[in-house]
Amino acid sequence: MRVEDALEMVAQTDSGMVRSHNEDSVGIEAACGLAVLADGMGGYNAGEVASGIAVSVMTTEISLPLKESSPIEQDINSGNELGVALLVDSVLKANDSIYKAAQSQAQYAGMGTTIVSALFYDNRVAVVHVGDSRVYRLRGEVLQTITRDHSLLQEQIDSGMISVENARYSLNKNLVTRAVGIDANVVPEIHLHDVEVGDLYLLCSDGLNDMVEDEDIQSILYAMQGNLELAAEQLIQTANDNGGRDNISVILIKVKHEFAQPRSWWEKLLNYFKK
Amino acid sequence: MTAKLILSLEGAVIQECLLNKERMTIGRKAHNDVVINNLAVSGEHAAIITIGNDSFLEDLNSTNGLTVNGVSTKKHFLQNNDLVEIGKYKLKYLNEQVSKTSPADFEKTMIMRAPVNNSNTSSGKSGDTGLFQSKTGQMEAPKDSRDSAPSRPVTPAASPVTPPPASRPAQAPAPATHPVAHAAIQILNGPSAGKELNLVKGLTTLGKPGVQVAVLTRRPHGFFITHVEGANFPSVNGQVLGKQPHQLNDHDLIELAGVKMEFYIKD
Repeated sequence: MRVEDALEMVAQTDSGMVRSHNEDSVGIEAACGLAVLADGMGGYNAGEVASGIAVSVMTTEISLPLKESSPIEQDINSGNELGVALLVDSVLKANDSIYKAAQSQAQYAGMGTTIVSALFYDNRVAVVHVGDSRVYRLRGEVLQTITRDHSLLQEQIDSGMISVENARYSLNKNLVTRAVGIDANVVPEIHLHDVEVGDLYLLCSDGLNDMVEDEDIQSILYAMQGNLELAAEQLIQTANDNGGRDNISVILIKVKHEFAQPRSWWEKLLNYFKK
Repeated sequence: MTAKLILSLEGAVIQECLLNKERMTIGRKAHNDVVINNLAVSGEHAAIITIGNDSFLEDLNSTNGLTVNGVSTKKHFLQNNDLVEIGKYKLKYLNEQVSKTSPADFEKTMIMRAPVNNSNTSSGKSGDTGLFQSKTGQMEAPKDSRDSAPSRPVTPAASPVTPPPASRPAQAPAPATHPVAHAAIQILNGPSAGKELNLVKGLTTLGKPGVQVAVLTRRPHGFFITHVEGANFPSVNGQVLGKQPHQLNDHDLIELAGVKMEFYIKD
């Protein structure tokens, strides 16, 4: 089955209760199974500019080549699968665009953004991220984060300095150790995960997971997985009811069917007739 | 606002010290940052590691140990007003970060960077020399506060610059006009008639995910019922609901797929 028929995707964003403007940006490209979420930072409206550039660069740089080529082909430059190579390259391109814009326009100096992006293909999902925007996966009743924040707090958790239970009391929640667009170079983190039918993926900015406990995210996703629009609204509403201190963005992706990439000529032909 | 420790003995304050270094030691010997000249105190008794706004207390294998809020411990993540006791000496930890900054201020995401060499490419760009960049403002750490160890992220001693007036003043989440206490639903018919379900969680599911689901959500200003999925829409007092959440009142009668339930507020 084609990826656009196998997945259901919903994206919503909200400025929250405190901030006057929304510096988050979200984008989905159902045709190629792509979701992108960015949480911008920088003076005045530079945060929106950075996250906006990130989402538009990512969506175009990935969806255009995938109209011609299959994501499981080998990329000549990197030797990786094209899907993986495109995700990494597009983060580097976004970094370049934002960094150059920041260098050339005084009002954008120092702007940056987090990026988290998921590309679904061939019964798998490739997830790339920079910063503290996350991907959660609900499989059965179990909710798990499948990204690790690039934040000071996560580094402290990893080094054993602070326990996961104590982490919620930390005053250092807001310090990210990597971001897109603040330096000439960036190191994106990428992982491939197998996907099962029934999985529900959540991409979110820290405005959600700082305001809503994982346990509550789990119960909302589990109860409302049959109605993604409502689930997304409920997540945002809960974050706002708890104070809504930051912009809140969520993208939900439900895997309804398998989506193996056609490999042989006759599978491709069959797929062609199915259209 | 830098966190501080207040050293006292039998109620009399002896010393107040700011936690303005990444690592500060407490002990009997003179080279410690906080010297307690008492034989019950080890030469190097404990250390306090401060990173950004968080401080951690560590016992340096002292002979007599230490307690935090009466509990003996080796390692502790210090919270405002914690009381550390070493023998008869008391150290009060004060970190007014939470109250001194507005919520909007400290929630802003900032980028943390490793120390940049002076030869870096961004010379002359003011926004790029800062170790931290806040979401609406930028701040720069004084150059002399930089640590020379490249592996460790450096935190500036200065507190965040106030953000430009781009954002609205912080406002508290809409206060509940009638703070909702406890509520429950009681099933009125069928095999589980009489069963009571307390609505303690933020979200209570009625039905089975994938088949037929309605949820009861608890919000600051009351309880709501929302249809999620399935062919049957719930009805309240005989009125079939649409897709919008519906606020429940005391003694409302809910009917979902033939099951009748009563919603009531238990104060």
